[in-house]
Amino acid sequence: MKARSAPAPRTPKPAQDPDRFVLRLYVAGATVRSRAAILRVRQLCATELQGNCDLEVIDIFQQPTLARRHQIVATPTLVVEFPRPMRRFIGNLMTTADLVFQLDLETRRRLTT
Amino acid sequence: MQSTARKSFSRSILLPRCPTGIQGLDEITGGGLPLGRPTLVCGSAGCGKTLLAAEFLVRGAVQFDEPGVFMAFEETEAEINANVASLGFNLAGLVRQKKVMVDYVHVERTEVQGTGEYDLEGLFVRLNHAIDAIGAKRVVLDTLEVLFATLPNEAILRSELQRLFRWLKKKGVTAVITAERGRENLTRHGLEEYVSDCVILLDHRVNDQIATRHLRVVKYRGALHGTNEFPFLIGEKGLSVLPITSLGLHHNVTNERIGTGIPRLDAMLGGRGFFRGSSILLTGTAGTGKTIISSNFSSAAAKRGERVLFFSFEESPNQIVRNMHSIGLRLEPLVRRGLLRFHSARPSLCGLEMHLATMFKEIAAFQPDVVIVDPITSLMELGTVSEGKGMVTRLIDYLKAGHITSLFTSLTQGGHALNQSEGGMSSLMDAWMLLQDFEGNGERNRVFYVLKARGMGHSNQIREFLISDHGIDIVDAYIGPSGVLTGSARAAQEALENAAVLTGQQEAARLKREVERKRTAIERQISGLRSEYEAEAEELRHIAEQVGISTLKLTTERAASGLRRQADAKTAAGTLRKSRSARKRQ
Repeated sequence: MKARSAPAPRTPKPAQDPDRFVLRLYVAGATVRSRAAILRVRQLCATELQGNCDLEVIDIFQQPTLARRHQIVATPTLVVEFPRPMRRFIGNLMTTADLVFQLDLETRRRLTT
Repeated sequence: MQSTARKSFSRSILLPRCPTGIQGLDEITGGGLPLGRPTLVCGSAGCGKTLLAAEFLVRGAVQFDEPGVFMAFEETEAEINANVASLGFNLAGLVRQKKVMVDYVHVERTEVQGTGEYDLEGLFVRLNHAIDAIGAKRVVLDTLEVLFATLPNEAILRSELQRLFRWLKKKGVTAVITAERGRENLTRHGLEEYVSDCVILLDHRVNDQIATRHLRVVKYRGALHGTNEFPFLIGEKGLSVLPITSLGLHHNVTNERIGTGIPRLDAMLGGRGFFRGSSILLTGTAGTGKTIISSNFSSAAAKRGERVLFFSFEESPNQIVRNMHSIGLRLEPLVRRGLLRFHSARPSLCGLEMHLATMFKEIAAFQPDVVIVDPITSLMELGTVSEGKGMVTRLIDYLKAGHITSLFTSLTQGGHALNQSEGGMSSLMDAWMLLQDFEGNGERNRVFYVLKARGMGHSNQIREFLISDHGIDIVDAYIGPSGVLTGSARAAQEALENAAVLTGQQEAARLKREVERKRTAIERQISGLRSEYEAEAEELRHIAEQVGISTLKLTTERAASGLRRQADAKTAAGTLRKSRSARKRQ
């Protein structure tokens, strides 16, 4: 799993695989909170999603216009672009039970295994 | 000692102000909002919070060359553009010129899940970026409280908002933050705890079916400010706050006098009419001719080439023109020449403040020399007595500041014309004329008098006021032993006097004729006697002549006969000569 920082986000390319996750994590600077969030989301990708995801980490300090374009108010914000519907998770991802439930990850894992 | 020290201290740290450009608000706050600090504007729904904020921003960009950022949490950019356009602001144009930046912050509650601690850096970054992009000096956050409904963990949100206000201060921008009115607190989420420099409260109250907006500066740290509640309104050109109490009596005056169009009335006012720029009250019961005098006054002014603005709250312009035609007053040429302008509106159309603002707008647009308000009483009925008086005060002060002569008519009910609230209003007026009905002899007559006219000698007489096909006439009422007589009683009394005078004149003429006749008779007699005498004298002369002739003849004949007889011719001739000389001696 590769975390591309910086230049990216054009319109999110629809993944070939409809089940593939497209995630974007917006952070503000290299703070402890940002780092924790990045760590958590990578962990998530590896474990829950089993690598079936594209993760993009965006630092809004470096790309402030993106914050406006993508309606970012709070940081860190994890935006799950695909699969639809789009969802936002605000916070440092310390409590991911909601997230797992929301993304229906348990059932997916069970189905895939 | 201590108080003076404190006073000088407070003056020395007087906060620099950021002018809003909103009519009246800068007067109340002594120059504007605190510069470089956040101001909280709170009020319930529909109070005009967003409009106040938007106007602050737009006027800043247009009038004061201070770019601004509008961060909207409730409405999209297009919606804000449309709302603000209704007040005549071109927000989209300002956005294109990079003088205003609108950032619509939208967080969909259903999309959001909380997963732990967070901060509002996203908001900070966006705001910071927007401010730096256009070099903004002003920021509007409308309405920040939306975040409470969408973001999890209120404790974090609160501390983040607190940080936001600190950050705004540090950034040095003048910010306006709007917030919903809470049930017990000023704001629903207690934002006033964090924004402590300036708090403005907006309010929308319905009183007697007429809604009035009010604005109050609750708090303004480090500055004197008007603490009253001021009515304000949202007009076609934005907000205007009407600070009645902040007006002063500082206007200049002139000695110029202007005629009223009624010569006799001018005569009653020392011969030269009213002072220019004075306020005149014309009180009268129904149908006493208030509108007629007003129309005459306006027509006279317009004929002098002055501009007249006629506010009519009872009749339509066409109706006034037609009605005045019936007394020989032609107003339509003056209207066509643009010297006379009517503005008609039903009093119940809108609230007192809205009327006042409309009048101000009309006056500012038309730049009149004379303003007529007919009648002011129907406007004053819209509010309480003190509101009405406040409105008249403000209107008069405004007109006087512009040297505009104003004539207000006042309709009083029944009875005596003086017993109404005019007592209160009259103290604001420089001159007061009264029209009144006198009933008697089965008829109703109008009388007229000048009750007061500041700064000029005026007649104290009651005059009768007549309206005829050719206009107004003010005539002396008959004042005699039986009191003041008007109408037919006056006419009868006058006829009586006229008859008496006529009889006297006829008597004198008769006497004169008599004397004349006597004189001619005597003269005739004298001339008769004289002719008699002359006839007699003539006869006497005739007789004497006859006697002479006959004597001569006799002598001549005697001499002739003596010659014929040839006797003593010489003697005879001598005798003849003697007789001739004797006749001469005679």
